[in-house]
Amino acid sequence: MQYQYQSVAKLYFIAAIGLFVGQILFGLIIGLQYVVGDFLFPEIPFNVARMVHTNLLIVWLLFGFMGAAYFLVPEEAERELHSPLLAKLMFWVFLIAGALTIVGYLLVPYAGLAQMTGNELLPTMGREFLEQPTITKIGIVIVALAFLYNIGMTILKGRKTAISLVLLIGLLGLALLFLFAFYNPDNLVKDKFYWWWVVHLWVEGVWELILGSILAFVLIKTTGVDREVIEKWLYVIIAMTLITGIIGTGHHYYWIGTPEYWQWWGSIFSAMEPIPFFMMTVFAFNMVNRRRRNHPNKAALLWALGTAVMAFLGAGVWGFLHTLAPVNYYTHGSQITAAHGHMAFSGAYVMIVLAIISYAMPLMRGRKAAGSNRSQIVEMWSFWLMTVSMVFITLFLTAAGVLQTYLQRYSDEPLPFMVVQDKIEIFYWLRELAGVVFLIGLILYIVSFFVGNSDPEAGAGVEESA
Amino acid sequence: FPLALAHVRKTVSPSGYRGLRAFDSLSLARSEGIPGRRSMPQFNFSDEDLDALAEFLKYTSEIDTAGWPPNIQG
Repeated sequence: MQYQYQSVAKLYFIAAIGLFVGQILFGLIIGLQYVVGDFLFPEIPFNVARMVHTNLLIVWLLFGFMGAAYFLVPEEAERELHSPLLAKLMFWVFLIAGALTIVGYLLVPYAGLAQMTGNELLPTMGREFLEQPTITKIGIVIVALAFLYNIGMTILKGRKTAISLVLLIGLLGLALLFLFAFYNPDNLVKDKFYWWWVVHLWVEGVWELILGSILAFVLIKTTGVDREVIEKWLYVIIAMTLITGIIGTGHHYYWIGTPEYWQWWGSIFSAMEPIPFFMMTVFAFNMVNRRRRNHPNKAALLWALGTAVMAFLGAGVWGFLHTLAPVNYYTHGSQITAAHGHMAFSGAYVMIVLAIISYAMPLMRGRKAAGSNRSQIVEMWSFWLMTVSMVFITLFLTAAGVLQTYLQRYSDEPLPFMVVQDKIEIFYWLRELAGVVFLIGLILYIVSFFVGNSDPEAGAGVEESA
Repeated sequence: FPLALAHVRKTVSPSGYRGLRAFDSLSLARSEGIPGRRSMPQFNFSDEDLDALAEFLKYTSEIDTAGWPPNIQG
């Protein structure tokens, strides 16, 4: 670790992993509720458990992004973090606000939560992923502003690199677009139109800038390839992201009451959204092939390459499968959506956070470059368990979705929703099984931080390549 | 499991949406659900809540969604 206060990232990463465990536990709860409909009813009904699952996902990824920034920006800017105290303070503010919100979801009926948090003064509750009380949302804005100030000042007074600037633009975009969560029109069509300005422009927009810059950082560190080469790739990748993804927002505007020209704009532009992900995959493998060193942290490299591949498959390929309007007409809101969503989020954002943690944690715990062989082996096992089980979750949900789409939407004799749900039950059970394997992988991941700590570091690979 | 309905009456919401309303504190409460089936919480809606909900759903149903969904099953 080059700068002392890169260590604040450790707090953020630990919270991220803790919340990740919570997210998966609740994922297993709702997965079971699909097939045992009254599991934990009425104490934790499906709608509440689902809110906990999705909100935890977003919050732990935000902790992960912030930790990533606190770690890599000082190194890129070649100076200490502007205010470690502010970073630690905001950590606790965010964690406590987040925990209270989740507890609120679980302990208080939602209408009561709205009332007790003064939602009627500025109503922002009640929309998917944006279920947080208005006061929580305001807290998020404050934490984001403090974070951007801290990172911004660090960069401003230090070396400006493509990586830190792309990361900053991505994070700035994240914060600004979140403001649309406060815009809640009465008109339902406008409500949905602007909702996507948070969700789509996050995950198919500015979050890709965050992903790209973190990936570039990990690759520079682990391969030793020239910065100029990596930075050039990064600029091309984010350019393609924005060119395809901004108008590509239109693929969410097919059936919500907007004009029908969106079926054309959305289909054409979003069909190209896999391109930056394909480029990221080629880029990652290319850098590793051209590497100038065999970095001892094999696990981090595995996460980095895995991120590129799974992001391309989940976001790019599975996204493409249902992005064209004539297909989407039949698959809209089906288990195809769930299949894509899980692999995309996991491949792109879960894995890049795990990749930066994998790279940074050994350094923050006093290692020179990497953990011991033993800890890396456990960690790599966790990678394969989580990755392969996610592939199976996706395949099972895809099968469920294809059958569902055919029986309920495409067939000449369409069947009712619940009748179809009964017919695809087997896939839900298989998905749940895969989900349990995912949890085992996650537990192993945590175990990897506790094994081999007194073993020596893994050495570099054989000779360094020319 | 019997749905213990004290009485059922015909009702008309402010915009003229016609339906049925069941008045009973036991019906659809937790233990009256079908075991193992997906279950919906008891929200304890007031008459005003129900009227507002019916109005909202009627408004939603009248939005032009370019022919989606493909059929009545949704």
